[in-house]
Amino acid sequence: MLSTEPLLQAQEISLRDRQRTLLQDIDLTVSANEIVTIIGPNGAGKSSLLNILLGLRKPTRGKVIRSPELTIGYMPQRLQLNPQMPLTVERFLSLTHHGTLHIEQALEKTGVQGLKKTSMHHLSGGETQRVLLSRALLRQPQLLVLDEPAQGVDITGQSQLYDLIAQLRSELKCGVLMVSHDLHIVMAATDRVICLNQHICCHGHPDKISNHPAYLEMFGHATGTNVAIYTHHHDHSHDVHGDVLDVNDKEGGYLHKKHQDQHHD
Amino acid sequence: MIEFLAPALIAGLGVAIIAAPLGSLIVWQRLVYFGDTLAHSSLLGVAFGLLLTINIQLAIVLSGIVIALLLVGWQNQKQLSTDTLLGILSHSSLALGLILVSVFDTGRVDLSTYLLGDLLSTTIADVVFIIGLGSIIGFTIWRYWHFLLFITVNESLAAVEGIQVNKIRLLLFLLLALTIAISIKMVGVLLITALLIIPAATARYLADSPEKMVLWSGILGCLSVIGGLTTSLLWDTPAGPSIVVCASSAFVCLLLFSAKVRAL
Repeated sequence: MLSTEPLLQAQEISLRDRQRTLLQDIDLTVSANEIVTIIGPNGAGKSSLLNILLGLRKPTRGKVIRSPELTIGYMPQRLQLNPQMPLTVERFLSLTHHGTLHIEQALEKTGVQGLKKTSMHHLSGGETQRVLLSRALLRQPQLLVLDEPAQGVDITGQSQLYDLIAQLRSELKCGVLMVSHDLHIVMAATDRVICLNQHICCHGHPDKISNHPAYLEMFGHATGTNVAIYTHHHDHSHDVHGDVLDVNDKEGGYLHKKHQDQHHD
Repeated sequence: MIEFLAPALIAGLGVAIIAAPLGSLIVWQRLVYFGDTLAHSSLLGVAFGLLLTINIQLAIVLSGIVIALLLVGWQNQKQLSTDTLLGILSHSSLALGLILVSVFDTGRVDLSTYLLGDLLSTTIADVVFIIGLGSIIGFTIWRYWHFLLFITVNESLAAVEGIQVNKIRLLLFLLLALTIAISIKMVGVLLITALLIIPAATARYLADSPEKMVLWSGILGCLSVIGGLTTSLLWDTPAGPSIVVCASSAFVCLLLFSAKVRAL
């Protein structure tokens, strides 16, 4: 079932803009059924990297290899819709280029089926993100690319959203590549973390990363007030049903995955 | 009376209908200043036509295309497209156009026709020109509407899904240039943007989908043309400005009405 061929592969990506190095020698792969999260501080080049991987921007050096006929479902960071443009959720979703899934189904998958006739301008932050996610699903993607999916969503909503993403991954067996600034909340739903600050500082399983000196140097001091919450998250994490999962185990992420698979069988 | 008025009415309605989808797109994409720049610089086209002694209408179309190409290239350099710079470009080209037209004019043109328009002197040839070019513009918009709407909603999303955003944007600017070229004789370079955006902005109060906004914008544009022409005949006011005042009156009415509805 799992293909070993990566869906997306970046080789030695570098980006320079007016004598300034924005990205340096980035190597990265995303395979099917895998969630890869890029984290990093503001100005680390997360969005530039995502744009290069999506083909929206050309790197100065290096190349991006996509598996042939790769379908990408993309969820932009913000929609920035002009209020002068009347647009319902349904009309917005009908703008897809190769829609194969029905709009109702897509909205149901993200739990916002009641919003079909609502104006896009009247959605809350969480609803907007779910509608954007529905839109990405309409293309039945092999790879979901999510730019700060939890932007403008409150803390409870955030973990629900990441749970939903993890659930969609196991349902659709697609690869997921996302950008986030907050490791604590994404942790349970991520297989691999890439810590970016112009170059890749460290990468690997979220448990390893959260103890990595490079990560602590980047986020440890800045999030000093969150240390208590941080430790808590490190001790254990909750699955979708609120059961405590042991993530101190090195196979913690795997355990989580196995649990979900059992549930869906 | 009818023979005298018919060409003006048909030309006016034709322009109002073509202006509806383009005006909506300009409002949605915040291209009002680009529209203004395109309109003002078409006076340079008039000067060119005089200099090369070619058909003025044709010269306006050609210069519009050239300026549209330049503006699209310019818009791609995102850090440059500020209000201030567009304002400078727009008014400098208007000033330069005014100088060049008065230098090259040998009594062939009346400058105020191009600045303020002269709908009542519309000829059958003008009507044919508007209907011919207008149908091409209308058909192209209809054919590419989905793409135009998609890049309006979100350019990166459209690009990821395989739409050639730069080509569609170029198409939009070319359509805009052509629309301005056919409307110049009617409302003049100073007021064209008003005719494009005011009915669209008014239609926003009445519509809950992009297509309905275009429809309402067309209806309001046509009503403004009829109202403006009537005013012009009854009180001998200039036709172009009368149409624009009709359009803005409708806007003010709906603005007040919607504020009242919201207060209830």
